[in-house]
Amino acid sequence: MKTSELIGALASAGGEPSPPRRPLARIAPAAIAGVVLALAALSLWLGMQPLAAAIRADWFWMKAAYCLALAVSGLLILLPSLRPGGRISAVGLAALAMALAGIAVMAGQEWVSAPATLWPKLWLGDSWDLCPWRILLLAAPIYALLIGGARPLAPTRLGLAGAAAGLMAGGLAGAVYGFYCQEHTAPFVALWYSLGIGLSAALGALVGARLLRW
Amino acid sequence: MVASQAGDSDAHGRLLVRLAGHLRAYFARRLRGADDVEDLVQETLLAVHLKRATYDPSYRFAPWAFAIARYKLVDRYRRRGGRVSLPLESATDLLASDNPEEGAVRRDVAKLLAKLPERQQRLMRDVKLQGYSMDEAAARAGISVTAAKVAVHRSMKRLMREVFDEDL
Repeated sequence: MKTSELIGALASAGGEPSPPRRPLARIAPAAIAGVVLALAALSLWLGMQPLAAAIRADWFWMKAAYCLALAVSGLLILLPSLRPGGRISAVGLAALAMALAGIAVMAGQEWVSAPATLWPKLWLGDSWDLCPWRILLLAAPIYALLIGGARPLAPTRLGLAGAAAGLMAGGLAGAVYGFYCQEHTAPFVALWYSLGIGLSAALGALVGARLLRW
Repeated sequence: MVASQAGDSDAHGRLLVRLAGHLRAYFARRLRGADDVEDLVQETLLAVHLKRATYDPSYRFAPWAFAIARYKLVDRYRRRGGRVSLPLESATDLLASDNPEEGAVRRDVAKLLAKLPERQQRLMRDVKLQGYSMDEAAARAGISVTAAKVAVHRSMKRLMREVFDEDL
């Protein structure tokens, strides 16, 4: 086919308006659906902790805030990456750095103020060997929906977009998992939640590089 | 492009024709076979058409379109299993990696250079096209080496802006 013929064909097809599409308009519904799905999966699978008590505890909100901060930084990095020529969001990277620094400071404070006999409990809790994997599992459906929402857009750096989607999915999954998990120390969250969410971002980059091709 | 998004098929056609020319030049610099070049031009035009909703009118058009071109180029290498790393293109390699013997390219370069003040033009020609060293070029222009460096740097910045601001 000659290029001029192709252009002719495309031009006549161009009579259909194709108004600018906001990445957020596709990502937000996908994220909400993903969270609902993950919450449903969690309540069927592990159930939830007594929430009336949990929401009065600082540690419940500490975990939620940390995870949501990671999810938001993932979102901020994801959105511009879904458009050709979009830059890496400096705000998103800054948010990510602040979230990590915040949890590190909290974990450090708790660690130094606790007696050495409590350290293993502080860092390992009761579920260190399960937590990262559970977060990763809960992140999977959210990630799938995010990728589904992103596919009609046009990411040109697939690894970056995939990692950002993985980070966002992991953060949301961590927040969802908080409805079950009764671990309450900052060192635990800093280590094992971060590991689960980080795994989600890393896998997201690998998988995204394939799924997001167009 | 804004008109294209609104569904003006004439404007859409004109945009694609103009873009095709720029894309042909872009791919010709990066690929050998003419068939490959035309293939990628077509693929990119198709992608620009299909993904036109992802263009945000509050940004410039050229970076958007060439990000797609670059993506298609990388995608092709990836499919072929080759390993390449493409630096983000800048006007520097538009000037530096071109074979100045090619008539079309030479005309483009001349047109671009004409936008600079005369002294900078001469300096740029000496340093970037004729291959004089910075010392030699400074001596030819009768200025200090530092001044020559500054002038070349400024000229490059200016040209870079010209290349990317040229709205398609």
